[in-house]
Amino acid sequence: MSGLFTASFASALISGAILAGMPLLLAALGETLGEQAGILGIGMEGYMLLGAYAGFNAAYYGHSHWLGFAAGAVSGLLAAALVSALSVWLQADQVVVGIAVILLAQGLTSVLHGVQFGSSYPRLEDMDRIAIPVLERIPVLGDSLFTQPVIFWLAVLILVAVRWFLRSTSWGLSLRAAGEAPRALDLAGVDVRMTRSWAVLASGALAGIGGAYLSILASGIFVPRMVNGLGFIAIVIAMLARGRVSLVAGGAIIFGVSLSISTALQLAGVDIPTDVVYMLPFVAVMAALLVIGRRAFLPAALGRAYRREQP
Amino acid sequence: MKGDAGALSPGRPAERVVIRAAARAGQAVLPLAAGLALGAAVLVALGRNPLAFYSDLFSAGLFSQAGLEASLTRLAPLLLIGIGYIVAFRAGLWNIGGDGQFLMAAAVVAGTAPLLVEALPRAAALILLAAIGFAVGGGWALLPAYLRAWHGMNEIITSVMMSYVGINLANLLIKGPWRSAETNVPQTQAVPLDDLLPRLGTSSIHIGLLVALLASLAVWYALRNTSTGLRLSILGASPRLAGHAGLPVKRLILGAFFFSGGFVGLGASIEILGVWGYMRADWNPQFGLALFGLVFLGRLSPLAVIPLAFFYAVLEIGGRDAVRKASLDYDFILILIALMLITLAVSRYLNWRRTVACATPALPPPSRDQARTE
Amino acid sequence: MNKAWPAVDVRGMSKVFPGVIANDRVDFTANWGEIHCLLGENGAGKSTLMNILSGMLCADAGAIRIDGCEVIIDSPRRARELGIGMVHQHPSLVPAFSLEDNLLLGDPSGLRLRRRTVVEGLSALSSRMGVSLSPADIVGELPLARQQQAEIVKRLLTGTRILILDEPTAVLSRIEASELGELLRGLREQHLAIIFITHKLPEAVSMADRITVMRSGAVVGRFGPDELARHDPDLKQNIVGFMFGGRASSAERETKPGGPLARREGRRGAPQRVAAEPLLDVRGLTVYPGKQEVGVADVSFAVSAGELFGVAGVEGNGQRELAEALVGQRALDGGQILLRGRAVGDLGVSERRRQGMGYVSDDRWGEGLAPSLPLSLNLFAKELGEGLPGRRWGHVSRREISRAAGRVISEFEIDVPSPDVSASVLSGGNAQKCLLARELASDPALVVYHNPTQGLDLRTANAIRDRILRMAHEGGVAGVLISPDLDELLLLCERIAVLAGGRLRGIVDSALPSAGECIASLMVGAASVGEAP
Repeated sequence: MSGLFTASFASALISGAILAGMPLLLAALGETLGEQAGILGIGMEGYMLLGAYAGFNAAYYGHSHWLGFAAGAVSGLLAAALVSALSVWLQADQVVVGIAVILLAQGLTSVLHGVQFGSSYPRLEDMDRIAIPVLERIPVLGDSLFTQPVIFWLAVLILVAVRWFLRSTSWGLSLRAAGEAPRALDLAGVDVRMTRSWAVLASGALAGIGGAYLSILASGIFVPRMVNGLGFIAIVIAMLARGRVSLVAGGAIIFGVSLSISTALQLAGVDIPTDVVYMLPFVAVMAALLVIGRRAFLPAALGRAYRREQP
Repeated sequence: MKGDAGALSPGRPAERVVIRAAARAGQAVLPLAAGLALGAAVLVALGRNPLAFYSDLFSAGLFSQAGLEASLTRLAPLLLIGIGYIVAFRAGLWNIGGDGQFLMAAAVVAGTAPLLVEALPRAAALILLAAIGFAVGGGWALLPAYLRAWHGMNEIITSVMMSYVGINLANLLIKGPWRSAETNVPQTQAVPLDDLLPRLGTSSIHIGLLVALLASLAVWYALRNTSTGLRLSILGASPRLAGHAGLPVKRLILGAFFFSGGFVGLGASIEILGVWGYMRADWNPQFGLALFGLVFLGRLSPLAVIPLAFFYAVLEIGGRDAVRKASLDYDFILILIALMLITLAVSRYLNWRRTVACATPALPPPSRDQARTE
Repeated sequence: MNKAWPAVDVRGMSKVFPGVIANDRVDFTANWGEIHCLLGENGAGKSTLMNILSGMLCADAGAIRIDGCEVIIDSPRRARELGIGMVHQHPSLVPAFSLEDNLLLGDPSGLRLRRRTVVEGLSALSSRMGVSLSPADIVGELPLARQQQAEIVKRLLTGTRILILDEPTAVLSRIEASELGELLRGLREQHLAIIFITHKLPEAVSMADRITVMRSGAVVGRFGPDELARHDPDLKQNIVGFMFGGRASSAERETKPGGPLARREGRRGAPQRVAAEPLLDVRGLTVYPGKQEVGVADVSFAVSAGELFGVAGVEGNGQRELAEALVGQRALDGGQILLRGRAVGDLGVSERRRQGMGYVSDDRWGEGLAPSLPLSLNLFAKELGEGLPGRRWGHVSRREISRAAGRVISEFEIDVPSPDVSASVLSGGNAQKCLLARELASDPALVVYHNPTQGLDLRTANAIRDRILRMAHEGGVAGVLISPDLDELLLLCERIAVLAGGRLRGIVDSALPSAGECIASLMVGAASVGEAP
């Protein structure tokens, strides 16, 4: 336990938390957009997985990390287009469509990975990190928070953009109305289904980038089924935050810490079985829900009322 | 739709029931076939021969004695899980945490089996273990149920969370307190074959299948003809009416979830007790998610879920062989399932469209009261 | 806008729903600078016609000319572009948003929100219209009358020149209704075309420049400004004749011997009931308000066996909270409820039901019935509550339920092909009969009726009122009748309490000739009396 309170532990913790939290942040931002418009994106796991796979492949074959991120966005977008067509236009049940996307993503990526790489897991080289000139000298934060690859800062920019979008633009207003009171939006002359479609597409694209972040940065390899529940955590973060982007960021940080804590602890000489580590974030969510215990946070109606009500 | 009592042939009641069942089956078969056809397209894109694939699949899963027995064996847990989902659905609840409930029950059953089988006569031990599996599965479902009943929290999310906790906790139990000292790979101590569930006749199918079939019948009867079953139906059809009518909503939610998880746990029990005799760590057959989608879209009665679960079993068992021969990852089956979910969803939409006269581009037809009373 | 052309000119409009012809070759014309009332009883087809005009429904046949140009209105947006704005019966702004955000919603002017423009427009319009609305108000928390004003403002700000209002006074008190009238007259001065849907004759006559009467989907009468200005004493009788057709008008029917009014009169001759212990004794009933609610504070009244006790008041003053608290769907935050002297405030819904309390909810389709279930199951849903004798796992025969349902259906004259059809096929009137049947068939001592005749055509409404009255007088089933329809209350109840702002403002004897005025003034809060003499 001796290494627990050193600077290097803290630094490792923060770096790890960022690495683990960024995919969550991006996916949760996407889910926020979807949920605010009234669509429960159960298929998040699928978007992320596809993004991870497409991102990895594009980066690997294209020898460019940025190509990877772009591919992640596009693959998430395509999957979201399917969800949009089924859920928004054909009004199929959102949960089932989400499950279909998850299964499809899992199936496709496992099969394609097997066809391409068999049982080998090639590794990508690390992305270059940029150290911010003065800030990098700060102890602990300097070599963790302020020494990150450019994509990190891009993600932060996306966060700010989403916040601005929701609060200060007419599209953001329409999007929120689509979730709160679709009939009012319709009467105001806005096409509810188009609004929701755009929200779904955006959520897919963001989650796809998140998935690419996961495979390109966080692990450097692609493993079938590697998302393993992150998509659901993103959904929970978005639900608890209920549209407030600052809370989304906070939630992503907290979960990032809980996910990365095992590596950091190992560095400090504390050993925790992996199963406990995998369990932690979910146990944390359940504990928090029990303590908070208010229905406002996970509305029973989300994902279902929108099916019956119809835009 | 239930309202079309008179729409079909007005023959004797029995005839009508059969015709209606056949119509519904037809409605399901076409999309399933369409899904398989789309799967064929994917196979072609991957450079594999779809005809060979499907013939491998069905002969390995259905048209061979070993395959048929394996599929029927697989049917048992799938059917129980499907029943579990239906019980929850009937009450309008979504128990997506099937995997966690399954693995927790399996772990506890596998962990305690060696002990109980030693201490008790075979039949007593097996029955007790089955009950334990039921209780563990049901118990695991209680937390999401409580949060839904008392705090109105969306049970989709909470049951998924519990599922992940369950998956990992089960692993911990197997790698920890119940780890067998006799093997290198972490698993529970194996129960000798003779002490497992007896087989049916000379086949390799264990009596778990009978248990599953009986459970189907029992649940079908209970949902139709008992007051509790009717209460669940009302809760599922209109939670507000349930409150208005003074039904004990919270207890119903708890009960529905408990039995839902319970049947899943029972499915886990008979899988362990019938097929394996032990449980390996990091084993997750993932029966839950895919079956959930199929059962939901099928909206089936507990009886009609039998052919659907059997179909799924054939896909899994036959698919194992077919993917190996086509040198594809086993997860290809998931693609097939996903495609079928999509085609089922599309077909439901087409059916709905056919029954609607004029759908405005902006809104669905106004609510019934609006239309009639002005 | 060309004065030569009418604002709206509809020819041959037809719309058919499964089983009912909502609009039958309707011709309708509205002019600029006029308030045009579309009058007819519930079910006449007025809302359908206007829904087509506002883009919510598509017509099956017919031509529409706006300001002389033939147009096709296929969406609310198209209607808005044409200058048509409709204010529906229930507010359709986003309740969680501020007024400012609601006004900005759907603003076609691009990405940035034109907050300043909208706020300025709002304040200009507010002062011109004489309403006080602030941009920061959260719409859902405004009283219904102000929400309605907000809706009108929104329509005006988006360029509405043809304003349609669907039964706007349904949710307004008398004072609020006259304020609305002022507002509309002001808009008329600005040459807007105003179309006003109502089923209340006095309102139409006082407000309108022009009246079009509809019945059963067709236009049956038109009254222009000249006729209305003449104040002909027979005018109202004429219009009523059009509304209800050649057969005896509703008013006449009500006063015929054997009609409900006569029955009630007859009963008054009966010996006075000795004021024994009341059947229902409510003392200091208090329910804290939830979101967008008023709650109920310190309500006390008593109901005798077989008595129909009325609760008057505009919707949104605590009626729902009161009803739910009485029957156990909502917990009491204070006070007591005594049934036959026994405190029932701690009992749940089904226990109170066993004690003899029934409840006909105003929410027919949300709470009262489950459309996807068979009617038989709906009718006996309440029997499945806690009070069901027999074990929980008790066997239930579907056939028995079906048969029992059949008996109830014929006794209450509900028009369905079989007891097992899905409840979704019921018309509004039949659905209401089912709700009534469900309570009355279980032999209650007292039933809380909340808006029992809302939205029903007159014949069905009368049938239901008749049934309620008969059950009270012949069956001894007491009732707490909560309704915004003053005429209904005066007809059925001996004593009428006034619920305003969650408080009981007085109890009025309905036999008094001035009962109506008394109640109206109590609603406004001008007087707060106990039992009027």
